[in-house]
Amino acid sequence: MSGLRYYEDVVTLQFDADKCTGCRRCVEVCPRGVFEMRDKRAFVADRGACMECGACERNCAYGALSVDAGVGCAAAIIRGWLTGTEPSCDCGGGSECC
Amino acid sequence: MGDLTGGTLTAPSPVRPAALDVPKASSELTLGDKLGALRMRLNIGRYRYRVEPGLYRLGEPGPSSPVLVTCNYKLTFDVVRSALPGLDAWLLVIDTKGINVWCAAGKGTFGTKELCERVLKANLYEVVDHTTLVLPQLGAPGVAAHEVQQFTGFRVVYGPVRIDDLPAFLDAGMKATPEMRSATFDLRERFVLTGVELSVAWQLKTLAILVAVALASGVVGLSYSWHSLLVRGGAAVLTALVGLLAGAFVTPLLLPWLPFRAFSAKGALVGAVFGIGLSALLFDSIGSLAAPAVALATVVFASYAAMNFTGTSPITSPSGVEHEMRRAIPWQIAGAVVSVGLWIVSAFI
Repeated sequence: MSGLRYYEDVVTLQFDADKCTGCRRCVEVCPRGVFEMRDKRAFVADRGACMECGACERNCAYGALSVDAGVGCAAAIIRGWLTGTEPSCDCGGGSECC
Repeated sequence: MGDLTGGTLTAPSPVRPAALDVPKASSELTLGDKLGALRMRLNIGRYRYRVEPGLYRLGEPGPSSPVLVTCNYKLTFDVVRSALPGLDAWLLVIDTKGINVWCAAGKGTFGTKELCERVLKANLYEVVDHTTLVLPQLGAPGVAAHEVQQFTGFRVVYGPVRIDDLPAFLDAGMKATPEMRSATFDLRERFVLTGVELSVAWQLKTLAILVAVALASGVVGLSYSWHSLLVRGGAAVLTALVGLLAGAFVTPLLLPWLPFRAFSAKGALVGAVFGIGLSALLFDSIGSLAAPAVALATVVFASYAAMNFTGTSPITSPSGVEHEMRRAIPWQIAGAVVSVGLWIVSAFI
């Protein structure tokens, strides 16, 4: 995508190939093209592109995927630091949002 | 399972009784809708722009027409209905408190529970004769497709990322190409999103701070000067605005062509260009101590504003943003301290 890449080494995505049944759901939901099908199973083809949205983990019925999902937004992370809670967009609260 | 009691066998299956009360969603936007969209893009009243959740008719849908799921942010609702002229479908709007699909999915309000409840509440079983729900792909972080199927019997199919691809997706038998599955961030998309970033400029809090800074700039040594208020105060306000423009507008537009991965570094680079230009312009009127303060402040403003654009981009991971912030914020604070220090000292020399 227009050559835009972000920090790749800090991505927390984990894939357990033994639990994968090859249902393709992760390929379907990932908006970053991280997964491909190889030998009837999912394969992490571009781990560095992951933006940790959590769509794959949420939609994997077999628990093969895990990721520290959250909001990739500086304002939300600052709010998390200040309030000591998980970073949140706080959308709908009337304040800044991603 | 067409209903044979009404119409002829060759006609499309007639609308079922349960569907008669379903309100219609027009595929044409009024002037009010368009002005509303502009207002949203400029972040004016963005958290109070909602439609009533529930089932809507798009065109003249029948029992076999697809069910499309979306959120109740009115801007999204308008984009969806206006992108699909001529399509007959059911539009199931779920309650995300007026938040767009992606952000609501991240929070879980565009989520499994709300979707299941809406399916039951809309009595979809009586309205359609199939068991497929088409969801926007960017809703996937909030919805567990397998759980929706367990609870409601409806199978979730994730449609394309962009609504414009939906007709092609449906025509292809609900198959998406890899392009339809990828979030993009092209120039037009980045441009549209800068309005919300720039909206800091017209928030009351910002205006109050700018006025306070301008008034404080009238202080020269131990006296107060209206001339200094105009010159130094004007310079301070201009610095803030140029920094914001560099970081929240120019940086997002140039994003893929700027070096560095960190948005804060991209912003600092653009801020440096604008800051040096601005301080050169102001050098004669504000002097050799205040001029570098202006340049440095522009860099800091731009870097911080660009860092906040991470929340808007579809490429940044939270781990990455935190990594960036831990490195960038100490520099931003140091730059701000030095800049303010120079600015204050320059008032007394």
